[in-house]
Order: sequence, then structure tokens, then C-alpha cells
Amino acid sequence: MSNANTESRGAQFLAWIDARFPLSKLFKEHMSEYYAGKNFNFWYVFGVLAIVVLVIQLITGIFLTMNYKPSAAEAFASVEYIMRDVEWGWLIRYMHSTGASAFFIVVYLHMFRAMLYGSYKKPRELLWLIGMLIYVALMAEGFFGYLLPWGQMSYWGAQVIVSLFGALPYIGEPLVEWIRGDFYISDITLNRFFALHVIAVPLALVMLVVVHIIALHETGSNNPDGIEIKENKDANGIPVDGVAFHPYYTVKDVVAIVLFLIAFSAVVFFAPEMGGYFLEHANFEPANSLKTPEHIAPVWYFTPFYAILRAVPDKLGGVILMGGAIVVLFLLPWLDRCEVKSIRYRGWIYKFALGCFTVSFLALGWLGLLPAEGIYTTLARIFTAIYFAFFILMPWYTSIEKTKPVPERLTWH
Amino acid sequence: MSADEGLSRRHFLTVATTAVGGVGLALTAVPFLASWKPSARAQAAGAPVEVDISKLEEGALLRVEWRGKPVWVIKRSPAMLENLANSTNELRDADSNESDQPEYAQNATRSLKPEILVLVASCTHLGCVPTDRFEIAPADLGADWVGGFFCPCHGSKFDLAGRVFAGVPAPTNLSVPPYRFLNDNVLLVGDDTGVAA
Repeated sequence: MSNANTESRGAQFLAWIDARFPLSKLFKEHMSEYYAGKNFNFWYVFGVLAIVVLVIQLITGIFLTMNYKPSAAEAFASVEYIMRDVEWGWLIRYMHSTGASAFFIVVYLHMFRAMLYGSYKKPRELLWLIGMLIYVALMAEGFFGYLLPWGQMSYWGAQVIVSLFGALPYIGEPLVEWIRGDFYISDITLNRFFALHVIAVPLALVMLVVVHIIALHETGSNNPDGIEIKENKDANGIPVDGVAFHPYYTVKDVVAIVLFLIAFSAVVFFAPEMGGYFLEHANFEPANSLKTPEHIAPVWYFTPFYAILRAVPDKLGGVILMGGAIVVLFLLPWLDRCEVKSIRYRGWIYKFALGCFTVSFLALGWLGLLPAEGIYTTLARIFTAIYFAFFILMPWYTSIEKTKPVPERLTWH
Repeated sequence: MSADEGLSRRHFLTVATTAVGGVGLALTAVPFLASWKPSARAQAAGAPVEVDISKLEEGALLRVEWRGKPVWVIKRSPAMLENLANSTNELRDADSNESDQPEYAQNATRSLKPEILVLVASCTHLGCVPTDRFEIAPADLGADWVGGFFCPCHGSKFDLAGRVFAGVPAPTNLSVPPYRFLNDNVLLVGDDTGVAA
């Protein structure tokens, strides 16, 4: 009796809220009555993992700003202070630095999933474009954040990337000066990169993520078969091959989150520097504007594009090609002429092309970590050519591609 | 006034209001964008620096800091100057037509006095500091190397006048900053008032 009473009180409270804010409506639309294909596989966990990492980065980031000092004189020492003197400061900072790499790992896998199953195709072109904007914002966030520890690699990495803008004809040099706010990367530059890293870009990121999810829930999720489940609905208007996001996929996602957090903790506690890939060794030396480290390599998540930049023996050409490598990704929905979405029913040509692209992306990532000399430069040029061939030849090879018949209903895999 | 007229009047007012609002917004953006330019303090900190070269020996290099960047002052030996003429066909911009230097340094030695070379030690590719490699034919740079500068970041090579070799990523010769001699032994980097071209 008392139990029923409290329930009804709970229901009354909810009704009170619903009359003033569409809480139940939002929950239904986006969780309990949002239907997604019932054949999702592990590739479909990286979106939610990206949100988990975003939350980790926001929370650890807020706590780091409480002890970090964005000035050239104090930045390096304040990071050391966080690591040594602040209680649990080392954990918060390692979570943030590991989170940066984790963010790119899950986002790269999330993007690869879209390429596997044609998730960028009609009607999800805008969803892909919004996702690409998130990716670019994420790169900006990673770049601005990397200057903040004010180590040697922070400093010279920023120097190299900011100088890229100097390659533009006429406006190049004044533009570089405007970005730096000084004649070199200085205290002034550090201060503004801090502002961009802690408020401007994260704000844009969070808003873009919301827009991304709204767009996703408008078109509905793609699935490994690349079939529109909305085209086959039952009498109640529910897709016959769909299951409710909550509880079916929330439970699946919880499993993925637990596995992810195990791997994440393993890195944070046992290999936070990841052998120099997550935190570069040269960055344990304070920034020195008069001395370049022997070998400059960006953090691993930028190396594919860095390798493309270095492969071109011309400054402006290298910058254009590096920018182009990101721009072509935006165009993917219009370069791919094939009607079939999922790789399961696509011809050997696309499978071969996607394989070549994957190999060249990984190879460029590896080459970007190595010095640009001899055979490495030659290899970087070959893989750069393959990278661009994948996109430039796409309208041609996807239009002659022989596809397999696509089933009417989702299959069980 | 007919209904049509009312509509077009309303349309005109909407467009005009939007345009005025847009211009206002654009003008308001100016102070924010301009606040990113080097501040008065940054410009003051970029003031010229005096360099005493009385103790600079032949073939030696002196590093000074100007605007947060390293600047080299090098006293070249007659042999070094002789080599400058020999390698011109391997250079991308031998006559410094595309490069950044004051007019008075656009000559064969890229300097005011032939032996004294003043360069901004910032690679024109992406701003790394090149290393001075004045030795002849070292193992890593090949038998043809007669001394110059090598950028460790992306492998750009420059001769002893800071001129870039062809086939490397750096697009132009190393910059020569504005400078003048206060007397035979003192150099002022960052200021060249009164120097004739």
C-alpha cells in the first residue's frame, strides 16, 4: 500500500515536471523509443566511448586549470607542481594526457566504422559533415593543449604548426604574427592558446556533439548491413528490425565502457607515457626558444598528416596537400557513387581500395614519427599518393563496382 | 496602400535591418580581432639589440637573441667567401630575388660588409633553428658539402650566405634582419636607419 503510494507520488512528480519541461518526451525520443538496427556489432561502441572520453577530458581539464598557470615563466613548473605536490594531481594529469590519445583512438575507429558500413551516405551526409567538424575541432583542441605544458616539444611543435600559415601567399607572415600575438611563440601565445583550449574549443565541441546526436536521431542509425530499418515498419510504426536504444544498447554500451575503462586505467597506471608516444620525452625539458630539439615529431595522432606535409619538397605545396588530406574526408559522401552502403555487399574494388587506404594511413602515421630522410621520404611519397588516389579515383571505381544483392531485412551475423 | 506594397515594404525593412545589424556585428568584431595583434609591450620587447663583434674570430658564429629568435653573426673567412660563387647553380634562389632581406643585403654575400653575415636563425620552412655545419664534406652531408647550415627538422640545407639549396622543403633563403654598424666593432640588429641600399 505504502509502496503504491510512493510510486504514484513519483509519477505525480514526473507529471509535474513534464507539464513544465519535456523530460519524458525527450527520454522517449532519444532513449526508450529510439530504434536502432538489432544487428549492431562492436564497431558501434566508439561513438558512446567518444562521449565518455569527452566527459573525462572536461572533468580532468577543469581540475587541472585549478593548479595550472598559463604563463611562460610558470607553466612548466606548475605542471611539475601538479605532478609532485598536488594530491592526486599526477592521476588527474595522466588521465587528461591519456584521454587525449584515447579520444583520437576512438574517433579514428568511429570514422573507420562509417567507411566500413557507408554511414556517410544519403541520408546521413550532414551527419558526416558535422562529425568531420568535430574531428577538426578535436585536432585544434589537441594542438592548443599540447603547448600548455611548455616543454621543448610543446614549443617547437607549436612553432612548426603556426608557421604552416606562413606558407600562404601575401597574408602568410602577418597572419602568423597575428596568431602568435608576438614575433615568436611567447607568453602571449601561451596565454591565448590556454583560453582557446579551456573554453572556446571545448564549448564548440560540446555544441557540435549535441548537433551530431540530433542529426543522428533524425535520420536514425545506420547498421552493419547498411539497410534503412525505417522502410520496414510494423503496425505500430516501429521498425521490425529495430530495438529500443534503451535498454538494449545502453546495456551493450555499458559493457564496452567497462572494457574501455580497464584498458584506459592500464595505460594511466602502468604506461602513462606510452613509451614516448602519449607524452614525448623531449617535453620533459622546459621550452627554449633558442634551441630546436634534434628531432621534432608531433604526437602520434597528427603524424599521418605530418608525414604528408614533409613528403612534399615545397612549403606551400606541402601545406596545401596536408590541408587537402583533411578536406577530401569532408567530400566523402559525394565522392562515393556506389548505391550500396555496407562493405558486406560491396564489390572487391571498394574492399581493396579501403584496404589500401587503411594501410597508407597507418604507414603515414608511422613515417610521421621517423626522421624525414632517404627511404622514409620515398615511402611517405608513395603512401601519400595512395591516400589521395583512394579519394580522387573514388567516383570512378565506385561507379563501375559490381555489388552483391542487398537483403530486404537485417541478417544475423 | 495595397497588400503587395505592404509586403514589399516589410521585405525592404527586414533586409535593411539585417544589413545594418550585420555591419554593426562586423564592426564590433574588429576590436576583438585586433586584440590578437602584437601588443604595445610585445612591440617594445622587440626593440633592436647591440652586438659587440670585436672578439668574433674568422669562421666563428655568435648567437644573439632578437625578438625571441636566435640571430647569428658570422665572420666568414676568405675561403668561405670564395666558395659562395662556386655553388650558385645548385641554389634555388641564388640572387635572393624571392627571399626576405633588406635591399642592402641583396648581393653576392648577402651582407653589408662581405665577411660579416647576419641571419635570423629560423628555417624558412617551419621555423626550426638550423645547425651550423661549417666542416668540409662531413659523412652525413656528402662530399660536396663546403660548409653551411642544415635544418635537423626537415632536412633543409643552406650555404654560407644562408641561401637555400634546391630540392629541400625550405622555400626561400634564410632571412637577413635589418641591421647597421654603429662602429667597426658594434652591430645594431633590428634597426637600419640611415643605411643606404
